[in-house]
Amino acid sequence: MIKGIANTIEGLGRSILSSIANLGKAGVFLGTAIVYTFIPPLKIRRVIKQISFIGVQSSLIVILTGAFTGMVLTLQSYYAMSKFGAEALLGPAVALSLIRELGPVTSALMVTGRAGSALAAEIGIMRISEQIDAIEVMALNPYRYLIVPNLLAGIISFPLMASIFNVVGIFGGYLVGVQLLGVSEGGYFGEMITFINMEEIRIGLYKSLSFGLIVTWICCYKGFYTKYGAEGVSKATTEAVVTSSILILVWDYFLTSVLF
Amino acid sequence: MIEVIDLHKSLNGVQVLKGINFKVEKGEILALMGKSGHGKSVLLKHIVGILKPDRGNILIDGEDIVTSRGTALERLRSKLGYLFQGGALFDSINVFENVAFPLREKTSLPKEKIREKVLQELEQVGLPGVENKYPAELSGGMKKRVALARCLCTDPEIMLFDEPTTGLDTVTARSINNLIKETHDRIKFTGVMITHDINQVISIVQKVAVLDAGTIEFTGTPEEIQATTDPIVRQFFNNNA
Repeated sequence: MIKGIANTIEGLGRSILSSIANLGKAGVFLGTAIVYTFIPPLKIRRVIKQISFIGVQSSLIVILTGAFTGMVLTLQSYYAMSKFGAEALLGPAVALSLIRELGPVTSALMVTGRAGSALAAEIGIMRISEQIDAIEVMALNPYRYLIVPNLLAGIISFPLMASIFNVVGIFGGYLVGVQLLGVSEGGYFGEMITFINMEEIRIGLYKSLSFGLIVTWICCYKGFYTKYGAEGVSKATTEAVVTSSILILVWDYFLTSVLF
Repeated sequence: MIEVIDLHKSLNGVQVLKGINFKVEKGEILALMGKSGHGKSVLLKHIVGILKPDRGNILIDGEDIVTSRGTALERLRSKLGYLFQGGALFDSINVFENVAFPLREKTSLPKEKIREKVLQELEQVGLPGVENKYPAELSGGMKKRVALARCLCTDPEIMLFDEPTTGLDTVTARSINNLIKETHDRIKFTGVMITHDINQVISIVQKVAVLDAGTIEFTGTPEEIQATTDPIVRQFFNNNA
């Protein structure tokens, strides 16, 4: 009985220590990557390639989710606002929700699912097939070739994806609100200009930038420290997506409470 | 020159290396033999500094790679070439890009010179015309030969081979061994080669070491290993005879 309790406590302690060690390792990983970002030479071609991979190739999925998010948001907002006779403010309500919250968060979650998982898997496979070791043995720095370009590509791509999401979402809202539900076109767009200022856009931008850093950091970290063959890659990929998604939502809350 | 001094390493609670000592003089190739899972690859990864030992030192031309960091470590690694067991080719780029990679990143050679050198190295490993293929399109033997071309193109002073011919047919294995010998005759690199087949490399190497249960059981010339009566060493040799 006592031995069982002792084992449980020991297991718990080991798990907590391991989590703290991993947290420290992830912090050192990010710190190292940031340091190498500012030490030339920067692999510009690799950065552009990764912007294409993380950003350009995620455009379709972001456009689709943006359109339908805008449309359903308009339907729900119209239903709620019509109860108070505030349908005229439908445009600003949709735009504010998208620009401040749904655009950065939803586009980040979508890009995480598409590109983040692939990023973790690619780096993980490079780890288990000794390609990262090969870079090191050539007296080259794997951070410079693999991690820094992805971090920069994430920071550049995520705000762009969120912007596309917002524009498409607002247009989707226009289709439902104006064309389907009969809200006036002037009211939908005109009121937006009154209620949306640069501050709102800046808040969305800060969120996207930080999500870009978080997602590429976690996905690269999980891939970089992959272990034990194909099963390890699968585990790293799953953990990368789950951890990134949770961190996006948690960080979003903290950032919103600070920037509100 | 490579000198391994009292090297200890435990992995996941198992002591893999238990005080390894050996020396490879400049221009010599040492064949490292031993049972699978007895730490040969682990030892080689220590020599290039991918793994750090629990205790001990590894001197590369008198400088300790174990304690080297940053630019000192990069300088030591610049002397090294490492042929990984699986080749470790970058699978997202083609053969040409793979072989050109260290030349582009570590030298200031112009594009034309790099192209010339890459094609020449591929020709030397017996693979002309594969430069546009991707690693996934190559057989195991071809991958190893491309990896060898990638290692040799920078003319390293020290070469480490992790089972360069394992899993290959006899003809391909012989051609790779011949290539290593020719390159050694040409640039006189210092080398360590993990092998299971001493008969195939007896004409290439100047020294043989047998690793057994984490310690070096035997070190000597190929002639000495053939003459030894040590039962642990004999079992390796007899298996190959």
